[in-house]
Amino acid sequence: MTVGPEHLIIAPIVVPFLAGALTLIYDERQRRAKLGIGLVSCAITLLAAVELLVRSKGSDLTGGNDIGFYLLGDWAAPYGIVLVVDRLSAMMLVLTGLLALPALVFAAAGPHRQGQHFHAMFQFLLMGLNGAFLTGDLFNLFVFFEVLLAASYGLLLHGGGVAKVRAGLHYIAINLTASLLFLIGVSLVYGVTGTLNMAQLVQLVPVLTEAQRPLFHAGAAIMAVAFLVKAGVWPLAFWLPAAYAAGAAPVAAVFAVMTKVGVYVLVRLSLLIFGAQAGASAGFGAELLVAGGLLTVTFGLFGTLAAREMDRVAAYLVMVSSGTVIAATGIVAGGGPVGVLSAAFFYMIGSTLAVSAAFLLVEPMRRLGGEAELITDTVADDYDDPDDDPRPEVVLALPGTVTILGLAFTVSMMASAGLPPLSGFIGKLGMVQGLLDLASVDGWAWGFIAVLFLSGFATLVATLRIGIRTFWGTETTEPPRILALEFAPILFLVALLAVLAVKADVTLGYMVDTTDALLQPTIYAEGVLGAPRAEEGGP
Amino acid sequence: MEIILSAAIGVLAASGTWLILRPRTFQVIIGLCLLSYAVNLFIFSMGRVMLGVPPIMPRGGFVDPTAYADPLPQALVLTAIVISFATTALFLVVMIASRGLTGTDHVDGAER
Repeated sequence: MTVGPEHLIIAPIVVPFLAGALTLIYDERQRRAKLGIGLVSCAITLLAAVELLVRSKGSDLTGGNDIGFYLLGDWAAPYGIVLVVDRLSAMMLVLTGLLALPALVFAAAGPHRQGQHFHAMFQFLLMGLNGAFLTGDLFNLFVFFEVLLAASYGLLLHGGGVAKVRAGLHYIAINLTASLLFLIGVSLVYGVTGTLNMAQLVQLVPVLTEAQRPLFHAGAAIMAVAFLVKAGVWPLAFWLPAAYAAGAAPVAAVFAVMTKVGVYVLVRLSLLIFGAQAGASAGFGAELLVAGGLLTVTFGLFGTLAAREMDRVAAYLVMVSSGTVIAATGIVAGGGPVGVLSAAFFYMIGSTLAVSAAFLLVEPMRRLGGEAELITDTVADDYDDPDDDPRPEVVLALPGTVTILGLAFTVSMMASAGLPPLSGFIGKLGMVQGLLDLASVDGWAWGFIAVLFLSGFATLVATLRIGIRTFWGTETTEPPRILALEFAPILFLVALLAVLAVKADVTLGYMVDTTDALLQPTIYAEGVLGAPRAEEGGP
Repeated sequence: MEIILSAAIGVLAASGTWLILRPRTFQVIIGLCLLSYAVNLFIFSMGRVMLGVPPIMPRGGFVDPTAYADPLPQALVLTAIVISFATTALFLVVMIASRGLTGTDHVDGAER
């Protein structure tokens, strides 16, 4: 067997897995080697994701849509587990890769020295994330959820301390319970339909008997509760601000995409299984998604206003971002204007990058405010010893340090709040355009529009307050010590935000096609079930 | 048979739910264990409740599928057991760390 281009689909799972296992071999003192392996793995994964994204755009022949399949173990589709990469999965893979790389570089500035096995857990988290985006099987999705959750438990506790252990205890307890709910939902769905393959579900749901349907709906709803917990939707998200604020900066920066896994699965399943072709089940739960999403945004809005610290504000911004996308999903799943969802995808990419940058900014800004010294100096490093490789001492002593930090802060917050000319504005504008069409038919779309504007306003007020206090309200005579390794990732994310806004026509066009593809679940289903096995002589 | 199994699942799930809502970490972890037992039994029961029949069919020829147990839930339950066992063990470590750091076994790390 030769490793041909068709095996690229599994690369985003296998590469971090091997890299994570490899870093375990190295001793804790050889952090440089571990870091090198991690960076190489992240880079390969990102390149693979970009290639998959290019491929998923397909050619004119395929209508600009190409869905890739990978049959694990070469078992035919409904019996074995299948990996599927379409436009949505590829987009999420690229987003994960783009967040992982800067977070890892930032970790090299210090945070990865505060405990054991940071790099291994980081790679396993990436493996779980990528697997969850790729899989086309419900139980396999559960397994990848557990992989990413197990890694996230370790990462959240990385560094130790009372705050982390306390937040971690709540985080683990709630996620264990959510996983159990996920299992109940999966087994109910299996009990009713006899399959766990998402593509086969698409075909089976319209032909369910009236006696089976309520049980299937119950299973789907219980499963959805688990995803809503992960996405951080309002009544299920009180764990989120404490956990995200307690995590180390690079950890929180990657966690920004972890809530998006919940959002991704909700988008995928509600449009795939409960799409227009689903007969009596079409649009199941759509109103609840809209209501839950809007309540989440409202809660996040008050949270940002109430929060006094940057890390809390960023944690509430995570909720605002995922709530907005979930509400938009509900609108489209309920048969609303399609443009809302493509704009919401665009908003999601921008806001995730912005929130990630905000988490990375927490630590440098705290140092600027003179509140804490470099965290590696204050935390006793038990694993440090004289033989350790010297600490990277590339300090930027530019007088412009404060200016650059301030600009990065401003850009990321403008993108979150939705001010022109950045990506948040374009995304929100698109959503409002779609909602205005809906508002003439359905009065309460005005509520969504109001919440969108209010959340932007609240973000602006909250971040302005923090910005003024940090950048203008402090009287530091000398610029703070900020490592180049900390600057680079922040600037990278800010640059990505700028690119996203400048290239908005290309990216938004991609999102529009993504949404169109999502609304035709039969193509996905027939593709998966007809995927040729290698033995039978595939392409 | 069905009554006994569903009653067992119900009692386990109910006790587990009550325990995870309690304020002590020890109660929470026992509650999670009970809940995961309930869920494992539940998954198992989703592939028809049958006694003394093999899950693997013989090779070739026509076989009557109703004379065999469904192998898939059994495989799923194995995976679920392994995963919930591992995560519960991890949770136990965090619990002990929390007890050591805060000096209390309250889930919030402090008596009210």
